[in-house]
Amino acid sequence: MTSIPHPAASAAKMETRRLEIRYGAKAAVKDVSLTLPDRQVTALIGPSGCGKSTFLRALNRMNDLIPGSSASGEILLDGRSIYAGHLDAVELRRRVGMVFQKSNPFPKSIFENVAYGLRIGGLSDRRELGERIERSLRSAALWDEVKDRLAESAMGLSGGQQQRLCIARALAVEPEVLLMDEPASALDPIATAKIEDLIHELKVRYTIAIVTHNMQQAARVSDQTAFFYMGELVEVGPTEQIFTTPRQQRTEDYVTGKFG
Amino acid sequence: MVTTHTDKTYEAELRDLRDRLLEMGGLVERAISASVRSITERDSALAEQVKEGDREINRMEVAIDGACRRVLALRQPAASDLRFITTALKIVTDLERMGDLAVNVAERALDLNKTAPIAPLHDLSRLAEMSEAQLKHALDAFVTGDVAKAEDVMRSDAHLDALYLKIFNDLLAMMMEDSRNIRRATSLMFAAKHLERFGDHATNLAEMVVYMVRGTDVRHPRSRAPSGPPGP
Repeated sequence: MTSIPHPAASAAKMETRRLEIRYGAKAAVKDVSLTLPDRQVTALIGPSGCGKSTFLRALNRMNDLIPGSSASGEILLDGRSIYAGHLDAVELRRRVGMVFQKSNPFPKSIFENVAYGLRIGGLSDRRELGERIERSLRSAALWDEVKDRLAESAMGLSGGQQQRLCIARALAVEPEVLLMDEPASALDPIATAKIEDLIHELKVRYTIAIVTHNMQQAARVSDQTAFFYMGELVEVGPTEQIFTTPRQQRTEDYVTGKFG
Repeated sequence: MVTTHTDKTYEAELRDLRDRLLEMGGLVERAISASVRSITERDSALAEQVKEGDREINRMEVAIDGACRRVLALRQPAASDLRFITTALKIVTDLERMGDLAVNVAERALDLNKTAPIAPLHDLSRLAEMSEAQLKHALDAFVTGDVAKAEDVMRSDAHLDALYLKIFNDLLAMMMEDSRNIRRATSLMFAAKHLERFGDHATNLAEMVVYMVRGTDVRHPRSRAPSGPPGP
């Protein structure tokens, strides 16, 4: 009964099919089939321990680093398995970048922080590096604040600036998908608004998945929202529908603040 | 088992809001009933009471509006809570208007009671009973989230319209019979029109109840774009 097109109507950039992730005997993510539509923002919400962060990390194989973890089911990027031979983990993580809850700049200059991934990728031409860094910092809405102090340590930036620097660092290698795990939870409302505004700009070019405990933030920034509970994907739908007329009682209870 | 909000203060705020809406609805029910009795029983003192009582209804509208704004600003309600608050904001406007209609009927009574009665008034009494019942049922549907009952109210409005038309034609005939009836018949015609409008507001309430429960907007089915209904 709604004229708002479902975000899933656009092409799938990433997709999981019957994804299950275990830590030893415990299943942290159970049978989750979810599509990240191309150049849309998908918010993953749910209480602590619901599997949303584990799900997010699976999308660029970050869980592979955790001993005892195992995954079954499929994870597709542009319709091809991220575990297929054409794609190693390094290349996957270039295409599917990640921004963490706690900004983690390297104890290096602002310039070198953004240059890091590019240098690893073999880029050494100073001029091209400079152009790519400016472009990344502009995309992360940080350029005007740091352009005169690129040689200074990144550790001297404010929390919000550090987080945008980490976004610039992720963008420098020109990813296609951006995964954000609570990117604004440690920031004040002004820095948070800048990050949220940035997400709106970035989704023109990138497919974004964001984990957040802040339901209003999910409502503000995302096109579709997925509600996870105890490892299961309970409901996914257009964000407006999830926050006005969710179909599942467990979603209803969660978004209205009825917790068990 | 009905789950309640983890935040008990919030739960209490929403419950209080619902209680106040019902209380206001009760005042409006009594007002419309009294206003028509002030005509049928030729009781001008009762008509004055209706006019006086409307002030309390107006005060409640302002208070409930404020409480809704407060919840919106401080609680950021979602899903069924959001639909409840937006429904409350609209219902309160309809209820206030219904209170005004009761006052309008009471004003007709004050005019009519100055002169001799011209006609039996059981149709008008019947229309008042039906209007009041429509409000009562709409409020019941609101409290219990009963969509079937709300839809019943929406369907029943046609009965009120039919009775209003009958009253209208009877009064018209009376005016044509004797032009000295015109002033009194016109007053009665207005009173009947106010009651019919009262019923329309009850229908508005019922439509909002359907939205509140189902999340689908059932208003103005004939005004929809052919490509599909607008979203909630």
